[in-house]
Parts: sequence; structure tokens; C-alpha cells
Amino acid sequence: MQMQYSDDLIQSYIDLIKQKEDSVKKKRALARLITLIENGGPEIAQKIIPQIYNLTGHAKIIGITGAPGSGKSTLTSQIADHYLEQGLKVSVIAVDPTSPFSGGALLGDRIRMKKNFTNPRFFIRSMANRGQLGGLAMATKDVIHVLDAYHSDIIIIETVGVGQSEIDIFKSAHTTLVITPPGLGDEIQAIKAGLMEITDIFVVNKMDRDGADKRVAELQTMLDFAENIEIKNDQTQAKVVRCDGWRPPVIKTNGVTGENVPLLLENIKKHQEFLNQTGFIKKRLQFRYKHYIVEILKYFLVKNVEEIVFTNEKINEFIEKILSHEQGADPYSISGAIMEIFRDRYFS
Amino acid sequence: MERKIRLIVAKPGLDGHDRGAKVIARGLRDAGFEVIYTGLHQTPDDIVQSVIQEDPDALLLSILSGAHPVLFPEITKKLHENGVDDVLVLGGGIIPEEDVPALKEAGVSEVFGPGTKIQEIADYIRANLKR
Repeated sequence: MQMQYSDDLIQSYIDLIKQKEDSVKKKRALARLITLIENGGPEIAQKIIPQIYNLTGHAKIIGITGAPGSGKSTLTSQIADHYLEQGLKVSVIAVDPTSPFSGGALLGDRIRMKKNFTNPRFFIRSMANRGQLGGLAMATKDVIHVLDAYHSDIIIIETVGVGQSEIDIFKSAHTTLVITPPGLGDEIQAIKAGLMEITDIFVVNKMDRDGADKRVAELQTMLDFAENIEIKNDQTQAKVVRCDGWRPPVIKTNGVTGENVPLLLENIKKHQEFLNQTGFIKKRLQFRYKHYIVEILKYFLVKNVEEIVFTNEKINEFIEKILSHEQGADPYSISGAIMEIFRDRYFS
Repeated sequence: MERKIRLIVAKPGLDGHDRGAKVIARGLRDAGFEVIYTGLHQTPDDIVQSVIQEDPDALLLSILSGAHPVLFPEITKKLHENGVDDVLVLGGGIIPEEDVPALKEAGVSEVFGPGTKIQEIADYIRANLKR
């Protein structure tokens, strides 16, 4: 199945989403742009993002992640409700997994978000991860920018149900919530690496269940540990992610009844104020755009490399050397030599 | 450029029987489609909004309560009013044969009853996409 689009069509969608007033046409244009980016990847995104980038930077981006069934969608719906009541424009990207066997996907996050389907200030998009590891889809970063240019005040990104190491969300969100319901393991789970390290706010959802208070205590103990371990000369990415001086609060919630959701929102606000006051927001954004650029570069470099290796005549000389077992000619040495050529051409 | 086919499976009205819709959603997932299931008790407006936002290639409506002569045309009318004319609309569930011509007249492309093979629906969708 081929994808049909023309540059004129893309342009007309971009013009529509730039409009201030909301309309059905504008929503449809937004939906179409997202479809184009999902199907076309960076090839299409490079026609769209440069035209809208100067409209971005307004939206607050909230990431919601956690194990499957921890209540991410239900809580997303509750959080969206509150922002909508405040008169804000809210957009949600809800990511669910693609089957590695059929390539199909069952996207069921909308089921939990029925209440505001018809609110003109609300936009939900279900997104299959299409095999991307890390908890998000390849298109997510680009789509966040499109939603930002669409004048969303709040963008909520709900990841696939994650395990321990699908942590890409912190490269996109201003504030990352990790949902961790009671009954999922002991305090050792809480000091493991990965998910627990990227958290800005812990949410112990399903607070009505047994073990919720124990879960809170375990997380607090883990945070006590973290505060008392000081690593000298910690210049790693961890420093940017953790933000010295911010101890992630642990909030109990009930996603079904909405209990404590206002408290959660207060803490999201506090976190965003903290980022702004301390200047960490800038560090996070620098970090975020470095990752964004690396992803784009990876795509286009791989494409270039493949083109060059498979079409450039000069490569054949190198290949011949490998085949004839010439001194110093093996796949690694030759790749090193090719890298040198690349560096000379593009980075010197 | 490859593109994935996206579908919405929706249950309009008060009918609470969604086993069929779930089987269809799951089966079409296995046939390689991206299937958005929106859950029970959807109003025509809810469904139209989901279609606008999710930009699917086809909308699959399932109903077992007998309300299809009212709800299906209501949905196709609202889709048209919102400028959505390139989405294939299919019906399923318990739908008497004598009702089918009127539904087709209203813009439902095909109706699939009990016993339909998933493969048949998958083939029909692939062969009849409107874009």
C-alpha cells in the first residue's frame, strides 16, 4: 500500500494547524499530519517541522509511564479533565505496542478517556509503537512538536506499558510521572536502575488496594538512600535528569474516583516551577534536543552510508582488498578508513 | 512508502454486547491492521470525533440491539457533515438482511453478519479503501 501525498497537500495542512481558531478542519489537518509523519518518518517530518518549529515551546509536556495495567490511561483521563476544566487546550498521545508477529496493533487507550471525547479543546491520538523500543513510537517526538504548534497548552504522553528500561519518555517530557501501583515487588525493585531513575513524581495509583502505604514507604526509603549518596564529579547525564534539589514526591491516587488527582496536579505545577526557577529547564531542553538531533542524524547518516557503500565505485577497491586478504584490510580497518573519509567530508 | 492501515472498531448506542467487536478487533490486529477500539456506549458524536482525531482508513460499527437503522445513518450523516468522506464505513452484528439495502443507501459500504471469516473482512477492507 503506497502512501499518497503531495507537497501542496502537506502545506495546506500546515497552514490550517497554524490558525488560532479551532475548527473541525483544523483537527482533521492535524490528524492527517500525524498520519503522514507516522508513515513517512523523517523524510516527511523534515518537510513539516522546519515550518512549524517557531510556533513550538509553549506547551507543557507531561510524560506518564508505568507497568501495563497500572492505570496510566485512566489517570491520563483524570489529569486531562482537570486541565480542561481550567479552560486549557489538552492533547494526548497514547502509545500502545505493535505485534512483532503480525505488524498489527490493538490500541485501547481511548476507552478510558471517553468523558471528554467531544470537547473541542481535547485531542487524543492513539499511536502504535511500530517496533520502536524505549516505550514510544519513532514519530512521537515529531508529533509532540506538531501538537505544540497546534497551540496545545498541555501535551500528555502516555507510553506503552513498560518494564524497567523503556525510559525514552524522559527525553521528551518536562515532567515524568511514574505510576507504580501496590503489590509489585519489594524495596529492592525500588533501587534498581532504569525507570526509577527518570522519575520526577512517583504516583502510587490504586491507593484503595492493600499495600499502598507500604509501597509509599518503600519509595520514600529509596529516595532517602539516593539523597545520602553523593557521587563526586558526577558529570553524567544522570545529573541533568535527576535535578539536584528536587526530591520526587510520592503521591497516592485513585484513578477511577479521581481522589488526590488535584494534589498530583499541584505537584506537577511545583515541579515545573522548580525547573524554571533553578534553570534546570534549560539543561533538560538542551539534553532533549541533543537526543532529537542524534535520532535525526542517525536516520540520515545510515541512509547516506548505505547509499555510498552500495553505489560508490571507490568502495569496490576496499572490498577487493578485503577479499584478497591484503595486509591491514579487514572489515574493521576498512570501516575505519571509510569513517575517516566521512569525517573529512562532513565534519572538518 | 509503506503505510499502515488504521481502523476504528466502535460500539454505538446502549448495546453492551462487545464480544463480537473484541473478536473482530483482535482478529484484524492479527491480520496486520492498527485497530483502535473505543469501548462501549459511544454516541454518534463520540464516534465522529474519534474518526476525526485518529484519521482511520475504515470505521467498523458493531451493533446487536437493533438500533442500527437509526444509529448507522446518524453516524454516516455526521461524518459527511464534518467533511469526512474518505473513510470506509462497515457494519456488523445482528442485522436483518432486509435492513441492509437502506444501510447501504445511507453510506455503509458493507454489512458483515455472524459467521463471517475475519479474512473476508480483512480482504474487503484492503480492496475497498477510499484513499
